[in-house]
Amino acid sequence: MHNLTLAEIAAGLHAKKFSSEEITKVFLARIKQFDPALNSFITVTEEEALACARQADAQYAKGAAGPVTGVPMAHKDIFCTQGVKTSCGSRMLDNFIAPYDATVVTRFKNAGMVMLGKTNMDEFAMGSSNETSFYGAVKNPWDLARVPGGSSGGSVAAVAARLAPVATGTDTGGSIRQPAALCNLTGLKPTYGRVSRYGMIAFASSLDQGGPIALTAEDAALMLNVMAGFDEKDSTSVDKPVPDYTAALNGSLAGLKIGLPKEYFVKELDPRVAAAIEAAVKEYEKLGASIHSISLPNVHLSIPVYYVVAPAECSSNLARYDGVRFGYRCENPRDLEDLYKRSRGEGFGAEVKRRIMIGTYVLSAGYYDAYYLKAQQIRTLIKMDFAEAFKQVDVILGPTTLGTAFKLGEKTTDPVSMYLNDIFTIAANLAGLPAMSLPVGFIDGLPIGMQLMAYYFAEARLLNAAHQYQKITDWHKRIPQNYA
Amino acid sequence: MSLSAAEVVKVSHLARLSIDEASIPKYAGELSKILDTFAQMNAVNTEGVPPTTHPLDLPQRLREDSVSETNQREAMQAIAPSVTAGLYLVPQVIE
Repeated sequence: MHNLTLAEIAAGLHAKKFSSEEITKVFLARIKQFDPALNSFITVTEEEALACARQADAQYAKGAAGPVTGVPMAHKDIFCTQGVKTSCGSRMLDNFIAPYDATVVTRFKNAGMVMLGKTNMDEFAMGSSNETSFYGAVKNPWDLARVPGGSSGGSVAAVAARLAPVATGTDTGGSIRQPAALCNLTGLKPTYGRVSRYGMIAFASSLDQGGPIALTAEDAALMLNVMAGFDEKDSTSVDKPVPDYTAALNGSLAGLKIGLPKEYFVKELDPRVAAAIEAAVKEYEKLGASIHSISLPNVHLSIPVYYVVAPAECSSNLARYDGVRFGYRCENPRDLEDLYKRSRGEGFGAEVKRRIMIGTYVLSAGYYDAYYLKAQQIRTLIKMDFAEAFKQVDVILGPTTLGTAFKLGEKTTDPVSMYLNDIFTIAANLAGLPAMSLPVGFIDGLPIGMQLMAYYFAEARLLNAAHQYQKITDWHKRIPQNYA
Repeated sequence: MSLSAAEVVKVSHLARLSIDEASIPKYAGELSKILDTFAQMNAVNTEGVPPTTHPLDLPQRLREDSVSETNQREAMQAIAPSVTAGLYLVPQVIE
């Protein structure tokens, strides 16, 4: 039962093959059995999950269940969950019991899904390996000596190991897509403004987006149906109607124009990843799509632009953690300045402090024009490159990562080498475009993913392209050896 | 672009972050390496290019200036480190 997709579980519940309580217990038991080795959960909400499952079963008995009522799921520990610890992977919020629910959490509650717990993540969503968490590193179920990717490493490891059928993640520079690629999952970052950020702990407000992490494009569509939509409480939420993302899944791809950016085929790209992408391109041609070479001339600047803009925004967003109103407070502060400095110095880990300092530096007097303003101007050029490309093609295809999952500890001593992991994913956040990763093959037993990008609010087209590929391939069905 | 120890101290003060003295050289080294990557931006001509502050170039949405929230001070202060009579307590600021 643990290998069922969200769609299959929902169908099973509606057909009364099993109850929500039964399937919730299956996942809770798997978490107990497997999570000590994976470390993918920070908090397991067993009592609440069973209570919620029983309520779901009551809905089914009345004939009042919705499409996904009673299906278990996990939330990345960046979403505020009322009455439940919400740590953001940090000592700073280790004692934080959220006083309210994030809009995303409310929507899943209203849809009747059962929260199993809160998943581990890189601290304040800053990382690409889930090694910066205060709660320890998460392991990749495909090889426990390797990273699952980050920052949504916990959500991804949990779903890959079949400890939960689906999970939520967030993506600021690739934090849904990169770990999805490294663990053989399907993960989607929606268009900026598509999913409410209310109650989603902020890292970089012009880049952050919450999205689904799942085994299939169909499941991602079902999740997005719940998550997407205008929210009064998020001032950047876009008031556009939400289509039924499952409705477009089965459309034919005949006539679809797919662009391959020549700038993506860099020397650092593992040639076996390039070969897998080329094989995927052949599959898309079989499905009726045409392939076109395109150029994104400024895309190589994504890394410096991101590492100016995101830290700048984070230095502002993390200013609220001051030891006064909530969160970590240092012992015996001498005075107010000492209270601020030591609460923050002790509460935040090294990567978070590095990013706050870079952000503070680039925004400070004398440096603002040279760094921050310049980066924002190049961000405009990157956006314009995509606007041009999408005049010629419907979808852009490329690798999600340079290679397979690296070993734990391999990149922790050099922050810049860690940052290069995001080379393909960052541009979508800078431009605000929807993008997803889905399984495209294996190298030496480790999964790799391909990335699809589309124009603003074209998530349905992405999910359609992904679903059609998943109908003629079976990479996404493979399970890591010890978790079958 | 090499960051000096003094600059690290200054930035950490601006950010209100305590950094222990022994780690200053390490931070200086790491931050300098990150700043080095920014040099690539100088090769691009951005004359007359408007900065992007919002990925969809949308303006700030406004709403009616009418009361919509209720006072939830107790719920919000339940998790505060130190409160009294609805006030947050901090070390003495005024002599």
